[in-house]
Amino acid sequence: MLELQNIYKTFEDRAVLVDVNLMVPKGATHALIGSSGSGKTTLLRITLGLIPFDKGYVKINGHALLSFTPVEWADRIGYVPQDGGLFPHITARNNVALIAKLRGWGKSKIDERVEELRKIVDLDAEILGRFPREMSGGQKQRVAIMRAAMMDPAVMLLDEPMAALDPLIRSSLQQELKSIFQRLNKTVLLVTHDLGEAVFLAEQITMLHEGRMVQTGAYGDLLLRPASPFVTQFINAQRTLPDAGDVR
Amino acid sequence: MKRALRAMSRMMKGMASVRANSGACAVTIMLTVLLPGAAPAGDSIVIGGKIFTEAYVLGEIAAQTVEASSTVPVTRKLGMGSTGILFEALKSGAIDVYSDYTGTLAEAILKKPDLKSLDEIRAALGALDLTISGSLGFNDTYALAVKESFAEQHQLHTIGDLIPIQSGVRAAFSYEFMDRKDGYPGLVNNYHLAFDTQKVSRMEHSLSFQAIDQNAVDLIDVYSTDAKIKKLHLRLLKDDHNYFPVYQAVWVASKSFVAEHPREWQALLALEGRISETAMLDMNAQADIQKIPFNKIAAQFLGSEARNSEGWWQEVGRRTREHLWLVGVSLLFSVLVGIPLGIAAVRFHATGQAILLSSAIIQTVPSLALLCFLIPVFGVGTKPALAALCLYSLLPVVLNTFTGIRAVNPIHLENARAFGLNRRQVLFRVVLPLASPTLLAGIKTATIVSIGTATLAALVGAGGYGAPIVSGLALNDVHTILTGAIPAALMALVAHGIFELLGVVLIPAGLRRRS
Repeated sequence: MLELQNIYKTFEDRAVLVDVNLMVPKGATHALIGSSGSGKTTLLRITLGLIPFDKGYVKINGHALLSFTPVEWADRIGYVPQDGGLFPHITARNNVALIAKLRGWGKSKIDERVEELRKIVDLDAEILGRFPREMSGGQKQRVAIMRAAMMDPAVMLLDEPMAALDPLIRSSLQQELKSIFQRLNKTVLLVTHDLGEAVFLAEQITMLHEGRMVQTGAYGDLLLRPASPFVTQFINAQRTLPDAGDVR
Repeated sequence: MKRALRAMSRMMKGMASVRANSGACAVTIMLTVLLPGAAPAGDSIVIGGKIFTEAYVLGEIAAQTVEASSTVPVTRKLGMGSTGILFEALKSGAIDVYSDYTGTLAEAILKKPDLKSLDEIRAALGALDLTISGSLGFNDTYALAVKESFAEQHQLHTIGDLIPIQSGVRAAFSYEFMDRKDGYPGLVNNYHLAFDTQKVSRMEHSLSFQAIDQNAVDLIDVYSTDAKIKKLHLRLLKDDHNYFPVYQAVWVASKSFVAEHPREWQALLALEGRISETAMLDMNAQADIQKIPFNKIAAQFLGSEARNSEGWWQEVGRRTREHLWLVGVSLLFSVLVGIPLGIAAVRFHATGQAILLSSAIIQTVPSLALLCFLIPVFGVGTKPALAALCLYSLLPVVLNTFTGIRAVNPIHLENARAFGLNRRQVLFRVVLPLASPTLLAGIKTATIVSIGTATLAALVGAGGYGAPIVSGLALNDVHTILTGAIPAALMALVAHGIFELLGVVLIPAGLRRRS
């Protein structure tokens, strides 16, 4: 379970986040959506423990972020950066194994865990020997998920998982990602500006606008019972293609 | 040439004192801590020498004289730059003896051009704990020269003999001679000469020899022991008014050497008055024109057998070892100090700018000036050369470390922190591997620059490939120059190849160009 409670953050006297509350139950997938400048990236960095915040709590399974060391926190929250964020100088396998190695895991334990995760994300074993520049966008994304899941964190945090992908690959990977989440059985928070992605992958959506939460709920709630005109505006803005009936 | 060097040494000493006040100072202090201080001459007697033919010949004569009179081993540091360098070397005890001229000592070292007599100069040097011998027997000063045939035709023996024919004489004088008060202007005054100014031209010194040889002119200025006087069959006109300043050749030694090695000093003093102008001129000619090795010339003069000189391969081997040592140590320093400095420059902005700026300033100090400046601190020999090379190879390494790290995508740093890597792990697992291609390129630049710059180390007696280059330049002997220049170029090529291989080993495969 991931909880964000009453989070406040100011940058040079400018309020970036105001009273943000968010709760993702164990095993659920939650999307944090907002346009650029909404504060979603700041919230993501706060959740990762990378930047301090002014007020509030970030908790995993009831334990607050500040009660952990950075290493302990990092092992509780698996992070999948935008575009995978793999280190370019090492192979896929070494990207996945890096953190476990630094924590002193033995080789057989590492190999076992890598193999287990490889099956979950359904990646060819051969790909693990490649360098990031030799991999497709989808392959990088899978390896990045393996790396994030390596230390068996309670929570997975994904930043714009689909943003950099080709539209056709995107739709097939979306399906794939959904089943990977199910197989991993993790609490997942994904941060995105793409409503389609949020609707497809997450049960609950929190919409962020100018540092404040506008609405939390399922897609149907946002569509049928918008909390403010902004919600409708945001939804309509992303339904860009006209229907077939309107084209004639 | 000699006078040009004298002037250069004065200039460099001036520059050195200016630099001493600038940023280079801090770095020198750092180096002083890293390298032990000036080397005492220790158990060997060190003979120094300047970088022109006559100085090599006299240096070899001194070395063989001491060798014959002593059981103490003799080290030759010949071809060591200019007066300034030799003087500092003598003061710091890095060399024991070298040859110089009374005029130079008075003017360039004591800064008292009025001192004329040997006794006056010896007394003034005494305050600096130095001493000089009596004259070795010749005076290497300005002189006027005409062709033997021309002299015969007009019955010329002294400068005064020119007066009857003065209006018809075609003369070529060097720029320096024309401009120095104790040169042309004073000369015509003193001898009441009235040349036809239309027939007196200014000419680059080396060209005036060619001009007189081709009968384009009748009269030129020369240094009185120049080998070309003999080669071109010139006659020196006697300065019967004793107008020209005296440049008596003498041994210059530190008082501590005289006290510790009285027998050897006596042996050197025994050469007082033994080397006549003609003898010196002959020996210069043997070196310059007949290309006889200095040690043979000296041995012949001293009436002894020349020791077997090194074979070509032996010399190249020794020079290679010296050169590799210079380049290797300075490289190690630049890596061990330059990379941490580069990392610090990224982490602390203000300090970083200071580091980059001061290493860039060092780079702009001409190498000779830097060497000259480092001698008071490190003495002569390998140490100042290493210090200078370390300073020079610092900038490419610091700068490339800085640039390489700054070019690492900050996303990777943030991601690494999000994965729980600590600072050390971020540096060694992410930053340095990603920066490694740029970093390695910096080290490669430093190496290749070092290989080139290390040839200047010969000027402070550190040997290496520069030694044959320097003596080849003094002798105008291309073969000798190439003995140093070709191996230096080869070493640079080999270094290039080694770094290509190192790239394969050190740069992570994920960053290498696809083959």
